[in-house]
Amino acid sequence: MAGFVRTAPEPTLPPPAASTGFVAALRQRLFSGPLASVFTVLGVVFLAWAIPPLARFLVIDAVWTAPDGAACRAPGAGACWAYIWRKAGYFTYGSYPVDQRWRVDIVFIVGAFLIAWLLIRRAPWRGIAAGLFFIAYPVMTVLLLRGSTVFGLAVVPTDMWGGVLVTLIMALSGIVFSLPFGVALALGRRSALPIVRFFSIGFIEIMRGVPMITVLFMANLMLPLFVPESWAPDRLLRPLIGVALFASAYMAEVVRGGLQAIPKGQFEGAMALGLTYPQRMRLIILPQALAIVIPGIVNSFIALFKDTTLVAIVGIFDFLRAVDTARLDPEWAGPTITATGYVFAALFYFVFCFGMSRYSLAVERELAKARNR
Amino acid sequence: MTRNRRPLLALATLALSASAALPGAAFAGPTLDAVKKRGELVCGSNPGIAGFGLPDDKGQWKGFDIEFCRAIASAIFNDPSKVRFTPLSAKDRFTALQSGEIDVLSRNTTWTQSREVGQGFEFGAVTYYDGQGFMVRKKLNVNSALELSGASVCVQQGTTTELNLADFFRTHNMKYESVVFATADEGLKAYDTGRCDSFTTDMSQLYGERTKLGNPEDHVILPEVISKEPLGPVVRQGDDQWFNLVKWTHYAMLISEELAVTKANVDEKLKDPNPEIKRLLGVEGDFGAGLGLGKDWAYRIIKNVGNYGEVFDRNVGAGSKLKIQRGLNALWTNKGLQYAPPIR
Repeated sequence: MAGFVRTAPEPTLPPPAASTGFVAALRQRLFSGPLASVFTVLGVVFLAWAIPPLARFLVIDAVWTAPDGAACRAPGAGACWAYIWRKAGYFTYGSYPVDQRWRVDIVFIVGAFLIAWLLIRRAPWRGIAAGLFFIAYPVMTVLLLRGSTVFGLAVVPTDMWGGVLVTLIMALSGIVFSLPFGVALALGRRSALPIVRFFSIGFIEIMRGVPMITVLFMANLMLPLFVPESWAPDRLLRPLIGVALFASAYMAEVVRGGLQAIPKGQFEGAMALGLTYPQRMRLIILPQALAIVIPGIVNSFIALFKDTTLVAIVGIFDFLRAVDTARLDPEWAGPTITATGYVFAALFYFVFCFGMSRYSLAVERELAKARNR
Repeated sequence: MTRNRRPLLALATLALSASAALPGAAFAGPTLDAVKKRGELVCGSNPGIAGFGLPDDKGQWKGFDIEFCRAIASAIFNDPSKVRFTPLSAKDRFTALQSGEIDVLSRNTTWTQSREVGQGFEFGAVTYYDGQGFMVRKKLNVNSALELSGASVCVQQGTTTELNLADFFRTHNMKYESVVFATADEGLKAYDTGRCDSFTTDMSQLYGERTKLGNPEDHVILPEVISKEPLGPVVRQGDDQWFNLVKWTHYAMLISEELAVTKANVDEKLKDPNPEIKRLLGVEGDFGAGLGLGKDWAYRIIKNVGNYGEVFDRNVGAGSKLKIQRGLNALWTNKGLQYAPPIR
């Protein structure tokens, strides 16, 4: 019996029209079931409700240029971007003398360059960049911003610093100090030496046990009460120390989480190789532990960046405080000024925090490659 | 640096109450000498109140309380720029003064008995008679707070403002509805949207709040002041020379307004035959020595800053956006309370 045997494969049929193209994508992603359809419709309704007034306020009705607040006070006027533009100098530099602001600009530019160098993972000589950023750059920043008669630069006391300048100083020094301090505290907490362990535990628990505002008030109010006037640290340095110590305590716990995730075999293996304690930590344990907790570390950095706004309560004019103060200016004050200022501030913080978050994702992906190989 | 101070700090925490009772302890030597040696005055200022202390576009501090510090600096250094401002929050301000971090606190601080007696401070003078007032819409046609019976009033929560409001309506046997908000901003917004007939807070701030409204001219501030908030510069007790200097800086500015000596005409007035002007400007006698200053101390103040009326006018009065009436702050010769003892 001769069976039917195909000699050539049947031509492939095109996929059903309903499963390809734009319509199918819409169906599959937005209307795949009754529940999904309801949410899609709700979402569209929400956007239709929220976006037009926002766009009207922020863009269409916004006042882009104006000599003073009169145009922004007009009925129906939207966001007063002219005001942001006029106050941009104050938001960026605070009360830093106008003719000396080039010094701040240099600090910003050098800082941005060094950070970019450090963060681009393929950039050459990143070791040099690290050295410059962690040692030379802080020294340069202090000398340049504070000024010194030795270099012929007018002294600008820190109470004249403000705005973005102070926010970035707070955040950067907090970030730069909290990571090594945090690692040291986390290792100290697991140390076999009781004094080191108790000190670490005490420090971490006390710092975590009080609100940051308390730490700031302690640093700001109590230090000068108990030391002679000439010893009291600078008004900007006090909250800087407070923020750095506070952030270190949280960082220590994040790092400890990473340390606990490392299997005991890694420690024992490292010991079996005859490595000393610093070598074990530096070469075997910390690289693995820190890689695990990158999301936690970045989370702490983002929280720290936003927490810097709390320094306003001890009289430091950080960026948010500058925005908050400038809106009182009777030249500009009006119904939309406050909203404009806060929208601008929100954008500013969002850009920085979102940037950090994206960068950490990229790093995680890079490190995950090694693990998933 | 903090590390080796931590034990000290821990001990000191326990001793806080003891230390607070001895505010002068951390501070030695007359303030004026310290200021002269430092080459600048350190002035505790307001972190932001329209017209009283606010940084301008360039970050320069401007305002009524600010100019008072500039006047002191002028008297000492003949240079109004030799002053450093330390913006202080309401919580921070007294500790900063106690610890000697600032020389004088010029930051809309209300003179009260407990602050002067209990905390070891002295109030130099009343530079601004403030008090709680009401703002209403012009079209309500209300001319006095006493006509506010039955009105709804927007007020900030948990402040003495709320208390004064209740007292005022109770003493006058009037009905009202208070609409309470957590911040002054929210209260103002509610008032603006018509939620209340009136908005209440201290007069000095009421004028600033008014500038935030869409059309400030549509709102009036009623003349009644329902509470006493005398604001003035504060110094530590125990340095009488410094206290006198701060006090007489204010008086010199008042006297020069009374004698019509202004920033513009002060040089001509040096030749004026009026003996009071002669004494004020140091042409006759030496009234600066007791303050530790030169005899032209008042001349310097007027030349660099101006008289009280000028300072009031350009910062908060008719020459500013706030347009605050002189009211209680008019000279005694104009039915106000500002009265200076004579220089002689």
